[in-house]
Amino acid sequence: MSIEVQHISKTFGAFAALTDVSLVVPDGELVALLGPSGSGKTTLLRIIAGLEEPDPNPDSGILFHGENVARRGVGQRQVGFVFQHYALFRHMSVFENIAFGLRVRPKNTRPSKEAISAKVHELLRLIQLDNVGNRFPSQLSGGQRQRVALARALAIEPRVLLLDEPFGALDARVRQDLRQWLRKLHDEIHVTSVFVTHDQEEALEVADRVVVMNEGRIEQNGTPEEVFHHPATEFVMQFLGHVNLFRGRIESDHAVFGPWALQNSGSAQDGQEARMFVRPYDLDIHTADDGRPAMKATVTRIQAAGPTAKFELLDENTQPIRVEMPHDRFRAMNIAKGDQVFVSLKDSRVYVEDYVI
Amino acid sequence: MSGASRMSLSPATTPGAARDPLWLRVLLIAVTLLFLGLFLLLPLVSVFYEALRGGVRLYLASLVDSDALTAVRLTLLTAVIAVPCNLVFGLAAAWALAKFEFRGKAVLITLIDLPFAVSPVVSGLVFVLLFGAGGWFGPWLTAHHLHIIFAVPGIVLATMFVTFPFVARELIPLMQEQGSEEEQAALVLGAGGWSTFWRVTLPNIKWALLYGVILCNARAMGEFGAVSVVSGHIRGRTNTMPLHVEILYNEYNFQAAFAVASLLALLALVTLAAKELVEWRARVDMRSAAGTAAGEEK
Repeated sequence: MSIEVQHISKTFGAFAALTDVSLVVPDGELVALLGPSGSGKTTLLRIIAGLEEPDPNPDSGILFHGENVARRGVGQRQVGFVFQHYALFRHMSVFENIAFGLRVRPKNTRPSKEAISAKVHELLRLIQLDNVGNRFPSQLSGGQRQRVALARALAIEPRVLLLDEPFGALDARVRQDLRQWLRKLHDEIHVTSVFVTHDQEEALEVADRVVVMNEGRIEQNGTPEEVFHHPATEFVMQFLGHVNLFRGRIESDHAVFGPWALQNSGSAQDGQEARMFVRPYDLDIHTADDGRPAMKATVTRIQAAGPTAKFELLDENTQPIRVEMPHDRFRAMNIAKGDQVFVSLKDSRVYVEDYVI
Repeated sequence: MSGASRMSLSPATTPGAARDPLWLRVLLIAVTLLFLGLFLLLPLVSVFYEALRGGVRLYLASLVDSDALTAVRLTLLTAVIAVPCNLVFGLAAAWALAKFEFRGKAVLITLIDLPFAVSPVVSGLVFVLLFGAGGWFGPWLTAHHLHIIFAVPGIVLATMFVTFPFVARELIPLMQEQGSEEEQAALVLGAGGWSTFWRVTLPNIKWALLYGVILCNARAMGEFGAVSVVSGHIRGRTNTMPLHVEILYNEYNFQAAFAVASLLALLALVTLAAKELVEWRARVDMRSAAGTAAGEEK
């Protein structure tokens, strides 16, 4: 069941939460809406579910498998929605929570008691909580509640599954586990799913596609690899992981940033300002000048815990630079705080006004 | 860090308070008991003492007196109409205020408290001003032979006005705290509005609602000021129990006055018992829901 969002805008008073957003989620994929708070990602999710009305516009539409559901009420869209704080019914047992969507069906489509019970037990097994059916939500841990909320959403056999910050309220360890579990679950049940997150690592690890949002617009829609390695905009570059910014300008056919000059293949004018973004691991450090174009800098901090060794440097204009390198290389080099070093460039992305070199 | 250390300090200081000198503790407890006895217990006991002074026979006779019976009946009728109306209105008001955002919300919250802020006598006068013979709607009502003031409808209206805030006041903070996410979840799962109300909203607020109803009922039966203004004190027709007590007392018929008053005192005791029961049930519910939350996996 594919989801298609066409020309959706949403304003709250004077605040534009979404501005002409269009998006296609292919059938069976798990897509992340990624962005900072206030980027409109949750509003978009709630509009898809029908919990929020988009601004009226004749061109707008919400299509499930090609069928426009924009005029249908939230209860008629048959979506599974998992709320950020779970919104489990506090006065019902876990069993009753999961059975709710089946019990409230009109008489002629409501499954029999036995069928409901069988379905609930099947879902309890799916979320690996077979023995908690009689408990109340307040007796469960955060991770368990999250899984119950998911089972409740799945009970109505939703056409699409929507999750609002599904791991937002959990501690780091449970988050990790649950995230892998969700990915595995999606591979089993294959229901088209959209989840909202502000955690880039989560989006990149779990999703088939990542839709990066900012200020009510979609900045980029691509596979995790695409958005990470080929960011379409400065925002995406900066939002996905740490990045160093260098300012420079176009001189004839080069973009010049201090000691570095990069070939300018675009049509940028002479003297135009340019910005270069470099990931910390795309910079290299040497203790001696080996002739490569390099920037002189002083080491102000070394942080060697974690998967890579991280350096904080100050260049000659006291601009901070972050560099990461593998531990073995760090050990071979023998650098200490306060040392003078030379920073060279392995890879970078340069942005001039509206386009990418 | 400083927050954590302060938190660990506070339990240590509380037992210190218990080490106050013995004479101080005895004095404080004695003052409290004396005050409670003087202002709460003594009046209650004296009501029953005065009521029964003339013997049980006379006591019962004062209660089965036809005017007394009419007053009891009218009080019950008023409560039976006013309480359910305020239950529905209070629920609707609390629902609107807690679950929706709209212009003028703050004004509405203030308005709900108006009956508490205004003297009951003034509330009664407002109804006289509106529906009395010389009031705004007076001529129209007279032309259609409708009696509101100095009749039962006026008493019911005044009682409803005075007791309006009880249910709404109990529900608003609770519903605001609970938010509307559970209702949204129910709607997404395909439940209709009605079904969502019965299955999700009502069970979440049932104890607060019952508590509000009990308080509302106690006040509806005991209201004096507003009802006094609109009733006209017509014996055997527009006297509620509190008004009847006043009339008997003014006629120096103390024994009968206290006999009827003892019914109101009993109502107060029943109300307190019911309130305790509801609070206890709500606590039990909460504890069984919270249960053994500790020691779960993860």
